[in-house]
Amino acid sequence: MFVLVEMMDTVRIPPWQFEMKLNDSIAEELNKKLANKVVYNVGLCICLYDITKLEDSYIFPGDGASHTKVHFRYVVFHPFLDEILIGEIKGCSQDGVHVSLGFFDDIVIPPESLQQPAKFDEAEQVWVWEYETEEGAHDLYMDTGEEIRFRIVDESFVDTSPTGPSSTEASTSGATEEVQKKEAPYTLVGSISEPGLGLLSWWTNS
Amino acid sequence: MKDANAALLSNFEVFQLLTDLKQQRKDSGKHKQSSGQQNLNTIMYETLKYISKTPCRFQSPEIVRDFLIAMKGHKLTKAEKLQLLNHRPMTAVEIQLMVEESEERLTEEQIESLLQTVSSVLPGNPAEELQKQATTAAEEDDDPE
Repeated sequence: MFVLVEMMDTVRIPPWQFEMKLNDSIAEELNKKLANKVVYNVGLCICLYDITKLEDSYIFPGDGASHTKVHFRYVVFHPFLDEILIGEIKGCSQDGVHVSLGFFDDIVIPPESLQQPAKFDEAEQVWVWEYETEEGAHDLYMDTGEEIRFRIVDESFVDTSPTGPSSTEASTSGATEEVQKKEAPYTLVGSISEPGLGLLSWWTNS
Repeated sequence: MKDANAALLSNFEVFQLLTDLKQQRKDSGKHKQSSGQQNLNTIMYETLKYISKTPCRFQSPEIVRDFLIAMKGHKLTKAEKLQLLNHRPMTAVEIQLMVEESEERLTEEQIESLLQTVSSVLPGNPAEELQKQATTAAEEDDDPE
């Protein structure tokens, strides 16, 4: 689930922090910059693991702060393909079942990857697995708040860095800005179409 | 960015790191409560909350080491051993999910022996843990304050 990522960056320490030990102020700056943020094609950064190398600090003309090149390792959330994870169902929609891990919310299980046959109950807005046995069909509901075990089948990173002002059409107004979709920078696609996957309550013996 | 995949971390290692970091920050006092640290606080809190519900909260470095030694004979990949460590599977179905092509690589007895190793080396059997907690609570009551 978590990986260690080696990174290198130049950290700027403003003069009023010079009284702190260099390692502490660098750690604070790195965490400020990266914690809880998604790095493109890497994953969700959690916290600093350690600093492996500090190069010399320089002060440039015009800026009183010191700049230091730092080599460090960061703990990143980046599950590998086919990894099994346990999360909580946040809700269901036509796009599928939305699962959250608490610290990471953008996981979706599309309808084709649910245990088949499955149908969407419009009244309750919930996906249902129509489980057939010799006695008849049982409807197993995928309710919000239930714990669910799933497999990662795909991930996608979207570059959400701001783009310059694009050429606008004639009808520009404040309203067009709201039409811009807010895309999650990092989404995971899961699947539960295997024995053992799905709500934990479906597979416990007791 | 130097190496986007330098090492895999087990949930236990992240759990230890975050608990230590939390302790450090508590000890150093409130001067780091600037808005910049809010992100770190949020992610640490949520991640710790999630990991604390997994079997790794009962683990220790010695247990992890013993587990890896016990796993040597079974010829599993690093990723498979990591999943077994993080999830502590108790049924054959879970093992089949985590081990690729388990029908071809493991016989039923091997799966059974894997389950045995996992339950014996890794703590986390809910009934056992409840019992342990009950005995420690009883011992504390006996000690006169």
